[in-house]
Amino acid sequence: MARPGVRVADSKKINSELFTLTYGALVSQLLKDYENAEDVNRQLDRMGYNIGVRIIEDFLARTSTARCTDMKDTAEKIQSAFKMYLGVNPTVTSWSPASDEFSLLFDQNPMTEFVELPESCLSLKYCNLFCGIIRGACEMVQLEVTSWFVQDSLKGDPTTELRVKFVKKLEDAMPAGED
Amino acid sequence: MADDALFDFLHMEIVSHVTKSDPGLLQDGDEAMSKLEQIGYSTGYRFIERLTKDLSRFKDELEVMKAICKDFWSAVFKKQVDNLRTNHQGVYVLQDNKFRFLASISNSRQYLELAPKYLVFTCGLLRGALASLGLTCIVTAEVTTMPACKFQVHLQRA
Repeated sequence: MARPGVRVADSKKINSELFTLTYGALVSQLLKDYENAEDVNRQLDRMGYNIGVRIIEDFLARTSTARCTDMKDTAEKIQSAFKMYLGVNPTVTSWSPASDEFSLLFDQNPMTEFVELPESCLSLKYCNLFCGIIRGACEMVQLEVTSWFVQDSLKGDPTTELRVKFVKKLEDAMPAGED
Repeated sequence: MADDALFDFLHMEIVSHVTKSDPGLLQDGDEAMSKLEQIGYSTGYRFIERLTKDLSRFKDELEVMKAICKDFWSAVFKKQVDNLRTNHQGVYVLQDNKFRFLASISNSRQYLELAPKYLVFTCGLLRGALASLGLTCIVTAEVTTMPACKFQVHLQRA
């Protein structure tokens, strides 16, 4: 029997909806578990970190990219990772004078499709998973960074802005005699 | 578009979070499993609505199950269910010979004891999807050799 096939619909879109809905179900379960938005933020960050330390391997294997030379390079790679994994193209802007801090601007964010934050969740950082992912992934390539949300469209800001700050370079602990 | 790898990693994190987060609470793991199932349920319930919004109404329950095996499964797992069996009394067995969440864990009986917790989310996903299509059911999963596994759907007749 001929049905209008589901596969005609954009399968990438469906994919992203599945991810968005799963993430939403997770966040709402965490809110039930902890009741305190701060704890949920911390938990999301931790889970993001765990994802980040793994996904960096996938990223490096698929892009065969080399070590970052400076923060500009890092920013570009983070940008391309967002493109690759979420299909969004954040803009890199607002460099600090020392070039150790930048912002990623998201004009659309697939993670927040179908999402509305109730009044009671104003301290929830819905996308805090991103911060964890960036931190975890950078740590695996010997960069310690912190990141946080400056603006969030879920909270009425015109756009979503994620700030990334370079902290320090992690040194390899090389066994004696190698290198 | 969200990449498959991202979804796989998110699933792993959900499993490990729910089963590890508060060990004091979960002596037998039942509570963890029901939370995991609940996350799957609410995902499935919403997801199937998006997936079937352009489809015509299903004639009967078998047609619903077929859609689950084909369209739903390929949307979620990038493949169709390999085998669908039924006793025509409301029990359906869906067999997947290379289940995505198990495929990267093991190809033998190694780690078999860990397999069930990677199936619970999907049980919930199925139950939620069917509930949204008007079928109340119980879904259980079993695995004898990874990465093959079977999902058993017991429809509850009103």
